[in-house]
Amino acid sequence: MSIAVDLNRCQGYAQCAFLAPEIFTMHGDEALLYDPDPDEAQREKLAQAAAACPVQAILVDAVDKPAEAVPGAR
Amino acid sequence: MPWTSRPRRCPVLGDGALEQLKREGRIVVVGASLAGLRAAETLRAKGFVGSLTMIGDEPYEPYDRPPLSKGVLLGRARAHRTALPRLRSVDATWRLGVPATGLDMAARRVRLADGDDVPYDRLLIATGVRARPWPRPEEAELDGVFVLRTRDEGAALARRLDEGPKRVLVIGGGFAGSEVASACRERGLPVTVAERGAAPLVGALGGVVAAVAAGLHREHGVDLRCGVMVTALEGDASGRVRAAHLSDGSTVETDVVVVSLGALRNTEWLNGSGLGAGPRGIACDAGCRAFDIRGIVTDDIYAAGDVARCPHPLFGYQFLSLEHWGNAVAQAGIAAHNMLSESIDRLPHMDVPAFWSSQFGVNVKSVGVPSMATDILISQGSLDSRRFVGVYGYQGRVIGAVSFDHGRWLPFYKELIERTAPFPPQFPTVDRHTDGQQPMDADFPDPSVPSHGPTVTLSGYSPADRRMTFTPAH
Ligand SMILES: Cc1cc2nc3c(=O)[nH]c(=O)nc-3n(C[C@H](O)[C@H](O)[C@H](O)COP(=O)(O)OP(=O)(O)OC[C@H]3O[C@@H](n4cnc5c(N)ncnc54)[C@H](O)[C@@H]3O)c2cc1C
Ligand code: SF4
Repeated sequence: MSIAVDLNRCQGYAQCAFLAPEIFTMHGDEALLYDPDPDEAQREKLAQAAAACPVQAILVDAVDKPAEAVPGAR
Repeated sequence: MPWTSRPRRCPVLGDGALEQLKREGRIVVVGASLAGLRAAETLRAKGFVGSLTMIGDEPYEPYDRPPLSKGVLLGRARAHRTALPRLRSVDATWRLGVPATGLDMAARRVRLADGDDVPYDRLLIATGVRARPWPRPEEAELDGVFVLRTRDEGAALARRLDEGPKRVLVIGGGFAGSEVASACRERGLPVTVAERGAAPLVGALGGVVAAVAAGLHREHGVDLRCGVMVTALEGDASGRVRAAHLSDGSTVETDVVVVSLGALRNTEWLNGSGLGAGPRGIACDAGCRAFDIRGIVTDDIYAAGDVARCPHPLFGYQFLSLEHWGNAVAQAGIAAHNMLSESIDRLPHMDVPAFWSSQFGVNVKSVGVPSMATDILISQGSLDSRRFVGVYGYQGRVIGAVSFDHGRWLPFYKELIERTAPFPPQFPTVDRHTDGQQPMDADFPDPSVPSHGPTVTLSGYSPADRRMTFTPAH
């Protein structure tokens, strides 16, 4: 499960940190820190956080990664 | 290897050609990272069902770089787990771990280091930049000397920080260098930052804001040395770095050095191809179509992301090279759209540049092109509190803005830039604690004096870009 946050959009509302604190934490007052590859067990919370972000800044995998794009494969 | 010219399918001309391109064309993307992946996703989203090949010299699937200098160095994320999310299926042939080494524009083929060559009907170049290495190769190779651009480099540096070095020296106080210093301090490691300019971030944000950045460094215990250059790195008998010598005669004992001197554009593989590519990037039009060296726009070659330089109507049509995440995403979308569009339907890339960074727990954001400005006005908050918005002015208009822990306000300033609003801005400021409403000199260093380099470069034409011998035939 991969995520990326478009921090240009992020307004630091901390909704995500409230809903999925294992993945998102505030660093100081406004800066967001996040785990780009959270545990599968967090999927549900991640989905909630992504949906709740008022500026839709959280990008989450919509499809599985193709086997040929992983290391070692050609 | 000489190019053999082969008959080529050319779905560009004639009625229904575009439909044919979408159905059975061949699109090749060189550079399998942020811009490359987002372009590929957009191509599929726009109905391209032909063959798509993604060529990348790194052996990894596309991954995200900003976490490398933030979460990864703090030990909150791991470098090999920063893959970019897949927003949709791209159904591509991936050629990873093999660099492109040449381009034949006439035969429409990309040459690979393994001897293969790949034909295309449309090509997207998204080869980005790489970290500028320490200029002296023997010193750069010392154990303990790092740069930070790739996942491997991030992993190696994080591992070394885990070992608890006795001091880290960061050479260059730009955004990346400042983020490294910040992460080290948060881990409790002693850090020295050596910056050639007068203060960290001075090239990107000017002296007024850079003074605030310097305060942040010092308050967090960074041994900040400005106006100095590192002149040499010294190793011990086993080839490990042990000290750095500075231009003021001082020596810093250190066992980890992070060289953070900006970036070099990955265009060497295009030398001799006839494309308008050089050390400043690939020149393209506002629709991301690359120019050839004759200044004629190509119809089948596009560039996006850090490697591209495009004219921007809001900034005097100067060529802008941006090392910004959002720019890579936006340009990738524009390039992919235009590749599959008739000329009348093509779109320009006109986004206002935007950038974020976080350091010492402060959220730093900018919009527009601050480095183009001459003046700054602190419109909200105050420099002393390190929570403020600074508006940048150039020739009587608003050209950029920066916020320190005031990010929510930036969209407002972005709109002022889009509207080419007058500077000083004509609104009463909303909060009391401002540093007055007087514009002051933004105090940018003379651009001819090198510092770590800003992440936005205005790169109008320069004869030094030329990679050809110009001999007009007629
Ligand atoms: C440590 C770090 C922190 C950052 N933090 C921020 C931030 O906070 N905010 C922000 O806005 N931006 C940030 N950035 C910048 C952002 O990551 C870049 O703007 C973005 O990665 C650009 O994407 P790109 O696809 O254009 O280029 P790149 O990500 O550079 O990708 C280019 C790819 O092409 C490959 N390549 C090069 N030459 C060849 C060749 N000949 N053949 C095949 N492949 C090739 C490269 O190896 C690379 O994988 C940061 C960058 C770094 C390194
Ligand atoms: S919810 Fe969205 S805007 Fe708020 S902190 Fe998270 S990512 Fe940022």
